[in-house]
Amino acid sequence: MNFQVNNKALLVGVSAVVLGLLAGALLMLVTGNDPFQGYQYLFAGGLMNGERIGNTLAMATPLILTGLSVAFAFRTGLFNIGAAGQALIGGLVATAIGLTFAWPKPLLLPVVLLGSAVGGGLWAWVSGWMKARFNVHEVVSTIMLNWIAYWITYYIVPAYFKGQFETESRIIPQASSLKVDWMTNLFSGSYLNLGIFVALAAVVVTSIILNRTVLGYRLKAVGYNRFAAEYAGIHVSRHIVASMTVAGALAGLAGATLYVGYASSIQIGVLPSIGLDGIAVALLASNSPLGVMGSAVFFGVLESGKGFMNAMTKIPPEVGDTIIATIIYFAATSVLIERLFTKWGKRKPRGDRT
Amino acid sequence: MDSVIEMRNIRKEFPGIVANDDVSLSVQKGEIHALLGENGAGKSTLMSVLFGLYQPEAGSLWVHGHEVKMANPNVAGELGIGMVHQHFQLVHNFTVTENMILGIEPQKGGVLTLKAAAQRIRELSRQYGLDVDPDAKIEDVSVGMQQRVEILKMLYRDSDILIFDEPTAVLTPQEILDLMQIMRNLQKEGKSIILITHKLKEIKAIADRCTVIRRGKVVGTIEVASTTEEQMAQMMVGRQVTFKVDKGPSRPGPVVLKIDHLSVRNSRKIMAVKDVSFEVRSGEILGVAGVDGNGQTELVEAITGLRSSESGAIFLGGSDITKSTVRQRLERKLAHIPEDRQKCGLILDFSLAENFILENHFKVPFSKKGFLQREAIEKNAVRLISAFDVRSAEGPRSKVRGLSGGNQQKAIVGREIDSNPELLVAVQPTRGLDVGSIEYIHKRLMEQRDRGKAVLLVSLELDEILDLSDRVVVLCRGELVGTVSAQDTDEKAVGLMMAGVPQGAAG
Amino acid sequence: MISIIINIFPYAIAFTIPLLITALGGLFSERSGVVNIGLEGLMVVGSFAAAAVTVALAPSLGPGAVWVGLLAAVAAGALFSLLHAFASINLNADQVISGTAINMIAGALTVFIARTFTGSGNIQLEMGVPRVDIPGLDAIPFLGPLFFHKTYATTWIVLALLGLLSFVLYKTPFGLRLRACGEHPQAADSAGIRVRRIRYAAVAISGALAGLGGAIILVTYSGQFNGSVAGLGFLALAALIFGQWKPWGILGACFFFGFAATLANASQAEPALHVIPDVVLKVFPYVMTLLALVLLSKRSQAPRASGQPFEPGKR
Repeated sequence: MNFQVNNKALLVGVSAVVLGLLAGALLMLVTGNDPFQGYQYLFAGGLMNGERIGNTLAMATPLILTGLSVAFAFRTGLFNIGAAGQALIGGLVATAIGLTFAWPKPLLLPVVLLGSAVGGGLWAWVSGWMKARFNVHEVVSTIMLNWIAYWITYYIVPAYFKGQFETESRIIPQASSLKVDWMTNLFSGSYLNLGIFVALAAVVVTSIILNRTVLGYRLKAVGYNRFAAEYAGIHVSRHIVASMTVAGALAGLAGATLYVGYASSIQIGVLPSIGLDGIAVALLASNSPLGVMGSAVFFGVLESGKGFMNAMTKIPPEVGDTIIATIIYFAATSVLIERLFTKWGKRKPRGDRT
Repeated sequence: MDSVIEMRNIRKEFPGIVANDDVSLSVQKGEIHALLGENGAGKSTLMSVLFGLYQPEAGSLWVHGHEVKMANPNVAGELGIGMVHQHFQLVHNFTVTENMILGIEPQKGGVLTLKAAAQRIRELSRQYGLDVDPDAKIEDVSVGMQQRVEILKMLYRDSDILIFDEPTAVLTPQEILDLMQIMRNLQKEGKSIILITHKLKEIKAIADRCTVIRRGKVVGTIEVASTTEEQMAQMMVGRQVTFKVDKGPSRPGPVVLKIDHLSVRNSRKIMAVKDVSFEVRSGEILGVAGVDGNGQTELVEAITGLRSSESGAIFLGGSDITKSTVRQRLERKLAHIPEDRQKCGLILDFSLAENFILENHFKVPFSKKGFLQREAIEKNAVRLISAFDVRSAEGPRSKVRGLSGGNQQKAIVGREIDSNPELLVAVQPTRGLDVGSIEYIHKRLMEQRDRGKAVLLVSLELDEILDLSDRVVVLCRGELVGTVSAQDTDEKAVGLMMAGVPQGAAG
Repeated sequence: MISIIINIFPYAIAFTIPLLITALGGLFSERSGVVNIGLEGLMVVGSFAAAAVTVALAPSLGPGAVWVGLLAAVAAGALFSLLHAFASINLNADQVISGTAINMIAGALTVFIARTFTGSGNIQLEMGVPRVDIPGLDAIPFLGPLFFHKTYATTWIVLALLGLLSFVLYKTPFGLRLRACGEHPQAADSAGIRVRRIRYAAVAISGALAGLGGAIILVTYSGQFNGSVAGLGFLALAALIFGQWKPWGILGACFFFGFAATLANASQAEPALHVIPDVVLKVFPYVMTLLALVLLSKRSQAPRASGQPFEPGKR
């Protein structure tokens, strides 16, 4: 692992954040608000007390997982825009299992989690297979699958799991929820749940896979240069499919942490925003699993605090989304930031070049 | 002193490297002036400066005695300078006419008027004896015609100073002779020609004067008639160069590779290899000669397992590997030095150490139970770096992207040879390399052959094939048109076969 | 069966037209070598601009405000697309990521601004584009009521644009140069063509047309800006692939999607379609798109240099 790369990536990430915050400040100014006050309430809303910190972490949990999903796919050369649909399917499976089987919690929870991973994994597998076999670009196929997932959920929930309202499912029983009393009490009634441990475990596992295993080596090889990988005997199609499936499983777990962790029912008519936000998280973290953790917590703060900011200052909560989107833009154009830093820093000595 | 082009004290830099260092060049009106240097010496860069593609950091350009600023190719075009590039600048799905007029489109009221342009092209074609079909699409037309289109492009724009960048790389020996005649005709019509090349034979055949460049600096300008090839080579490389590799007699053993009535389709579903049969024995080098695009690529892909064959069989060491996967063939001791080192041979964003284990990363000691063993991987890299003289900035940890072409190729050659193969397939192993690297790689290939390995050498450089091979087969349009022993043949005979004249058919 | 077709035909057309003009925008961008995933966001920007301007000018201009709104959408789309152009062309950023960023910024920014004015983030339009009968042609039996009765004026504008854009792409010097930039930018560069400039123009055109597409949705069948165009921008990309990067192929693809999507909504009105479960009808256009992609992606005729950053002088 090259320390030098990590430093540069960190700098780029931090710069993108700063620029995004600046853009947000500009927006606040332009609409007649005070940016200092705005940011004060934004960050206070996320970090002010135990309950708020709990909520921030709870919001970060699904983002860690979708961030991992996107980052993992990126490392293998694939762009997973389908995390939202994969999370939805994962959440749907989790909710369905929870509402159907009346087992005790220690038995039910692992099954719920497994089910969500399998659901999300299968959903993404379709895209991977279409890319490997038919050269269908995963961007368009995952987006189509997002909408198919949306409509499937739209009809299945009211048909089989209808809750009090037309637009959402029944409340899941305690036994299938990732929430546990001791955590809820520890953080004064916040939404923090076991999902955070799932997310942390996923970070560790993905990190190990990517950096230390043969599988990770092959996935990266295929991602960087599929031709050379093929020439070396690595099975490119299999690894494309494997990568998308793993990414989908991670997103499916994200769906579980969202719908049977943070929330206790699944809503129809909405594609979870953690899908697109996961892209922001991954890009900001330069696709490193550890970076995803930090990046997701930052976004958790933004998500968690924007309601408070809106209540105290009338600044629309969309400013949070705009900041996120601007950060992606700057992370994507990080070449510019990199160039600036290389100009200011020392030139590295180069090997003899032809 | 009637110089039509003068480049004075040109300096061109790129990040980390000085491509042209105080270079001065003077071209007389109506002469054919060669620019000689090995790969990477700075010839193409210099001409790109002349053509307006790059701006020099220092120095001046003079055309017909006036100083000019060559801001872009349009300015160069207006001054009468045209360039035929090494890699043709033609849009594959445009017609010949559309390619010709790109940038100077004739129009009436905003609408393209192609018919008149096509007519002018036919006239020019007749005038200069350059046969082209104005309505054909470039992707359907032969390489020879594509080059003629490139030349006509310059004449269409009334260029009278023509720059040719390595024009003979893609031509058969006959087509090369045709090109030389074309250049003489152009010279008679009053055009001045600058010929960029590293081929001494061609310079002797056609050029009047020659400027030699080495590592970005001018070594000297000589009269071609009074200078020998050896002298020019010495100027080009800076030391005595031996052209012939020390080749002992070959002692061929049992058959290692047997190709039996093999046919292969290419990506466009056309039969690229047609019923080809040949053998390679241990202890010999078999060269495959042919013009680019005559089936060599598909043949190699079939042998290495990257493409399935239509019919026929491939035997390696007696076993039928026709349907084996790439990994299985590697296990059976087949090694492959690919044509395009950056696209197919290396992962540029991996480190040197990671690239060395590309083919056996999953084996002990490099991995145990699915986990990579970093120490073993690094030790292996250190060993190979020293054994194969691979130079890099940070040793095993260097990202391969930062290595020079020669060192990248040495890394690949090292990796493949170290796997101790029975059959080594080397495709264009010295493409784009400096003379030092070329000599090194030729030596290692010879070494393999002398140790009793089988080597299949595919190359577009006929000299390389004739120097190294014991036997030569020639592919033309997918068919094997001849098999000869290298000692018993010469460039002319092989050239005829490359053009499709079957062995023995010509006097 | 025939009556179903006649009934849904106008709705299918209404769905097709904005899709078509957006896809044509995408065509210009991709043909010049820049992949534009941000069409979705550009449509949202267009929709927003049209809504805001129309509502603002309605009191003073009356029904004419709609046309000013459409112009505003074109301008807004073109301007916003310059973000993508700058990132992709000058900074050689990954074009897919840059396009995605555009989508996200557009979605967030427009709702943000809308909220500061209306409090809810939605903008309701009181008026739309007028519907006209084409005199004389609407009397043709069968075809008349189908094609020329109660048509939106914008439909004819878009069809005229289709003809114009097709002409520009294939019959003018600009079009030739643009296509060269998308197939072999080095060749264009050697011919003295300013590749970057042409790509900028192409991306701006795609922004303008996508903006127009979003606005047309607003003033024909939607009537309300709500920050999203339900994936139509991506459907336009799929139409591009389906139509093999040719204008008339894209027209066919958009018709196809238009009908598929309308069938889904028509089940409410057409009892004959009730036999098919709602969910099947709703996912039908997306499934069809996937099928089309599977069939066509292998022998893709995409412009060769599409998606690759251009480095001048590299050969």
